Amino acid sequence: MDERLKNVVLEHSDDIVNMWLKEVDAHKKNDYTSTISEEMFENTNREFVNVIFSSIEKQGLSSDLDDFSERLINLGWPLSYLTDGMQVFRRVVTDFILKQSEKVNSDHFSEILREVDGWVDPIINRLVNEYSGSWEHIVSLQRVALQELSAPLIPVMDNITIMPLIGTIDTERAKLIMENLLDGVIKHNAEVVLIDITGVPVVDTMVAHHIIQAAEAVRLIGSRCILVGIRPEIAQTIVNLGIDLGKFPTKSSLRKGFQSALELTNRRIEDTRSNDQDIEKLIDSLDGE
Amino acid sequence: MDFQSCVNIQKEWDIVGARQLGRDISRKIGFGTVDQARIATAISELARNIYLYAGTGKVCFETLEDMNKKGIRIVAMDEGPGIQDISQVMEDGFTTSGGLGAGLPGVKRLMDEFDIISHVGEGTEIKVVKWLR
Repeated sequence: MDERLKNVVLEHSDDIVNMWLKEVDAHKKNDYTSTISEEMFENTNREFVNVIFSSIEKQGLSSDLDDFSERLINLGWPLSYLTDGMQVFRRVVTDFILKQSEKVNSDHFSEILREVDGWVDPIINRLVNEYSGSWEHIVSLQRVALQELSAPLIPVMDNITIMPLIGTIDTERAKLIMENLLDGVIKHNAEVVLIDITGVPVVDTMVAHHIIQAAEAVRLIGSRCILVGIRPEIAQTIVNLGIDLGKFPTKSSLRKGFQSALELTNRRIEDTRSNDQDIEKLIDSLDGE
Repeated sequence: MDFQSCVNIQKEWDIVGARQLGRDISRKIGFGTVDQARIATAISELARNIYLYAGTGKVCFETLEDMNKKGIRIVAMDEGPGIQDISQVMEDGFTTSGGLGAGLPGVKRLMDEFDIISHVGEGTEIKVVKWLR
């Protein structure tokens, strides 16, 4: 029976392919693939249906299927194109076999359905697995990328280091901040560390607690910590929450924090504009000649 | 009380989801940036309490419209262990988790109305309201 159904399908593969292509083409009108060129769409359809037939013929999943799905993933085709295509295939093949059979009773019907499901379902499962595998891969790559960005430490000058924080701080990131801060202070031999929270949207007790702990740890290893980038609304919520940040200096902007860091390390910014003007005068006088 | 939406708290990142939804709703009501920050911080504290102490729960938002004032009500519900001594957790500096102990009293100061019901072994429900002025 199995072989017979399979042979019927394989013998009439041309008819089935044509029916399938017509149905899939009708699908195209109202959905995702409308931006893809006709030619591309047709070629992909042909390839897709060949892949389906070859895996039915071989009674198992072929490596063609893997290659095909991998290519579509890379091209950014939606998964729904493949699953819709398989559903259409299931319907077309079932219809076709039913038309071919002389006797139609419920036993025969359910047998056909089971047989066709046996061809279609493994392919769908494989395709969905391939796609979700690629998504998981992307998510894990992005998580790593995000982690690399999450607690950067920039040595801007001898003995002065800045840690700009942007985005939400959760417990995992807070841990990373603490580690990077302490490692960096030792490595860059920093006397003053500026923690910039301009980009942190909400400072609640947890975030404040972690910042206080980090600053305290920095103090223990002999450096000083300045918290900068406290926006007015954040200042108000910190006061409302009753958080005591009195143990270390805070500044509204990175610029002011940097100035006091310079003062703490006995340096200051000197204007060199007067020198520039002298040079410009010299150049002007040369042009005049 | 016309509109209600909830965020389930199960993972740490759900706190961020609740906070963003609360901030969006309060922006639509017309709160300024300072009050938006207050509301977002309060949501953050309430959601974090659910995550830390109860494990799971939810945070719900309602837009309030009275005769002449508008506001937002936030309800944080969980079926966690409950709070034994409510007056104790409302004291500044009391903590069981090594935190700052400013969470609940802080929320009370951030918002206009604060209501807490808790039964040991059954769970906790905290309702807070902020009025637009």
